[in-house]
Amino acid sequence: MKRKKLLLAAIAAATLITGGIIYAADHIDTPAVTAQPTDITDLYVFRAQDPNNLVFVANSQGLLAPGSTAAAKFDENTVIEFNIDNNADNIEDLVIQCKYDAASNSMQVYGPVAPSEKGTRSKLEGSVSASAVVTAYGAAPTIGTGGSGVKVFAGPRDDPFFFDLNRYKAILAGTAPGFNNPGTDTFAGTNVLSVVVEVPKSLLGSAASVNVWLETKKKI
Amino acid sequence: MKTIKLIAIILGSTVIAASCKKSDDTPAPTVYYQQQDQMGRPAINTVFNVSAADKDAFNVTTPGNQGAAFQAKFQARLLALNAGYTTNALGLSASAFTGVLATDVLTASTTGVTTFFDGTNVLTGRKLDDDVIDVELLLIFGGPAGTSNPGLTKDNVNANDKPFLASFPYLASPF
Repeated sequence: MKRKKLLLAAIAAATLITGGIIYAADHIDTPAVTAQPTDITDLYVFRAQDPNNLVFVANSQGLLAPGSTAAAKFDENTVIEFNIDNNADNIEDLVIQCKYDAASNSMQVYGPVAPSEKGTRSKLEGSVSASAVVTAYGAAPTIGTGGSGVKVFAGPRDDPFFFDLNRYKAILAGTAPGFNNPGTDTFAGTNVLSVVVEVPKSLLGSAASVNVWLETKKKI
Repeated sequence: MKTIKLIAIILGSTVIAASCKKSDDTPAPTVYYQQQDQMGRPAINTVFNVSAADKDAFNVTTPGNQGAAFQAKFQARLLALNAGYTTNALGLSASAFTGVLATDVLTASTTGVTTFFDGTNVLTGRKLDDDVIDVELLLIFGGPAGTSNPGLTKDNVNANDKPFLASFPYLASPF
């Protein structure tokens, strides 16, 4: 018990030290999730190589130096959830849930499926539609494909985000008049933990456009 | 700093593992997961929420409720960033623009091109190589013609530092 309290104190201290020092697209945006596996860095949604499919990318745990990347892990108690609204009311009609299974070291994908619970509390819905063993740092990507055509990859990737964040902060602080040309990419040479899910558009309903947002949820 | 973060993550997992002992002879109760972080468009929470309390609250407010809770705060922040804001390149007033932003969802086309902005299509998705920061800077600082505050409307980092892949999983291998 004492050990646990000590550990919690250490975590709190680490959070205070790192909190608010550096953040961007959604990297370390908020004190409650900083330095935790629930910290989202970015969401991407784009048409796949096969134009009949849509790609969803969830990046988390940003600013990993190459030397720290091999040790970065997905968390068995976190669900990474893409929320999809296909009738323009900003309430999720479908979810794609990604849950790490430690025993098989794999990322398991549920959905797209209409959730029985909407909003800030979720449970895993339905059955696994695709899964892939997490790709180790430095290894070729392992791709899982399910029967419904859902594809998944999970593992470390280069952070695709680019921004001269340090200069932007200097501008906000009043110590720089504008951006430099050329700028300096604050995210150059850093990695993230990525989950990439490719889904046939036919599984997303019939709307010409969807509203998407990404959530991380922690076991309670 | 990176080492500290890593230690925190490792310590975090240790605590979770230690507190998860359970017996196997009872039916498993439904496991629920509670929201921690959330995002739609890039950098919205980072740029438009100022206080730590608002940043945390924004992350656990469902998009359907975000507009009512945050639009006025976003508008105040927009005018603090750019006191001369009138409209932007999309023709949106301060209240209209922040009304759009406060509901933090990423709209994606299921029928056509998907891009944050490519010169023609606006907010039809987000590709890996979209320069989303320049788009947002232009809309915040560029005025109705996109020509105001020229030193603030692009960061002059125009691409990722590694090429993306043409096929799944699309993202570049790690450094």
